[in-house]
Amino acid sequence: MVVRTRVNGEWREAEVWPGSSLLSLLRDGFGLYGAKNACEQGECGSCSVWLDGALVCSCLVLAGQAQEREVRTVEGLRDGTQLHNVQQAFVDAGAVQCGFCTPGFVVAVADLLEKDRNPSSVTIREALSGNLCRCTGYQKIVDAVNLAATRLQART
Amino acid sequence: MDVLLPRSLDEALAMKAQRPEAMPIAGGTDLMVEVNFGRLRPPAFIDVSRVPELSVVQQENGHIFLGAGVTYAAVVVGLTVCRPLVQASRSVGSPQIRNRGTVGGNLGTGSPAGDALPVLAAYDADVVLRSQARGERSMPCGTRNAMVIAVAGLCLQVDEDSRRVKIALGSVGPTIIRAREAEDQVSEAMESAGVWQDRTKRPDDAVIEEFAGRVAAAARPLDDVRGTAAYRRHACQVLARRALSWALDERALPSWL
Repeated sequence: MVVRTRVNGEWREAEVWPGSSLLSLLRDGFGLYGAKNACEQGECGSCSVWLDGALVCSCLVLAGQAQEREVRTVEGLRDGTQLHNVQQAFVDAGAVQCGFCTPGFVVAVADLLEKDRNPSSVTIREALSGNLCRCTGYQKIVDAVNLAATRLQART
Repeated sequence: MDVLLPRSLDEALAMKAQRPEAMPIAGGTDLMVEVNFGRLRPPAFIDVSRVPELSVVQQENGHIFLGAGVTYAAVVVGLTVCRPLVQASRSVGSPQIRNRGTVGGNLGTGSPAGDALPVLAAYDADVVLRSQARGERSMPCGTRNAMVIAVAGLCLQVDEDSRRVKIALGSVGPTIIRAREAEDQVSEAMESAGVWQDRTKRPDDAVIEEFAGRVAAAARPLDDVRGTAAYRRHACQVLARRALSWALDERALPSWL
């Protein structure tokens, strides 16, 4: 089937097997490799994207369910050559080790900070409960969230 | 495989009538796992995630109508009148899962570990079914088989109107279980101790202990990779004691607090 979706502001379409996931549409159909394919069962959050503004695991969305809908991926966060605040905070806090889980975390953290500009440590842990990292032990990631939140508040 | 994209409930029902083998999909949090792992290949999916009639939440005559396509995230934000369902919904998966998973899907999957199901059972929820051929009919929230995720779950309701404590258990048997003997025992003990008449009163600790023991006895747990039967039974006892104590604490508070 042909799926037509607005991805990061641009209408795109691709032919996919009807049982494909949105993750597969993004990666194999559109060549957007930011969302990662890992567990394929919604446990790890590596494939996190926004579907009509809601944070979802793209591996659990049927590609056809994204027909004529709005998808935002980690690739859409950067502004030209300027990294998104959350991306820069991950770099500065050393929150990236092997990097596989990073795009999913960046998307989940951006989603969190859009809802809560000053999240408590409990909120941060709960908001990131759907993302797994096997390298960092999470502390540097939490540091990155706090850094991004501090910079966000300093801006306004 | 085909993917059908209805935009209204009538359209969805017409598609289902025409293609009875087509499988409805909403959040996909259960079904897509099966598809991704090559275990499920239905001839067609009907995407009901955009059927507006299924995302309705409304209150009428003291009842709550919850559309089958309402996500857990929407319950947490929008259904504050039903705290047990909010609490159960908040315990589901992760933010990503709560943004997609639906209470209707919990019923459709029919797992005894479905986090919303003990709440529906404790509140004697009715399930409204609709098809093109048979129209609309209603059935009590029943019981079915399977297993996943949760190790033990419990919903307790203190119903002041009927003077009954109601309790339903999840993940500790082949179906959702109502612990009727425990319900009878504690409701009657609260009656004879005058607890129903006076919200500041509590039944004796011995009554609560006996209640917790009867709840645990009602469980029919098994050993599996996620926990032993003995652990699950113990969890039921602890959860029952805590849930009743919390509910009693809460009903003793003044209504403005």
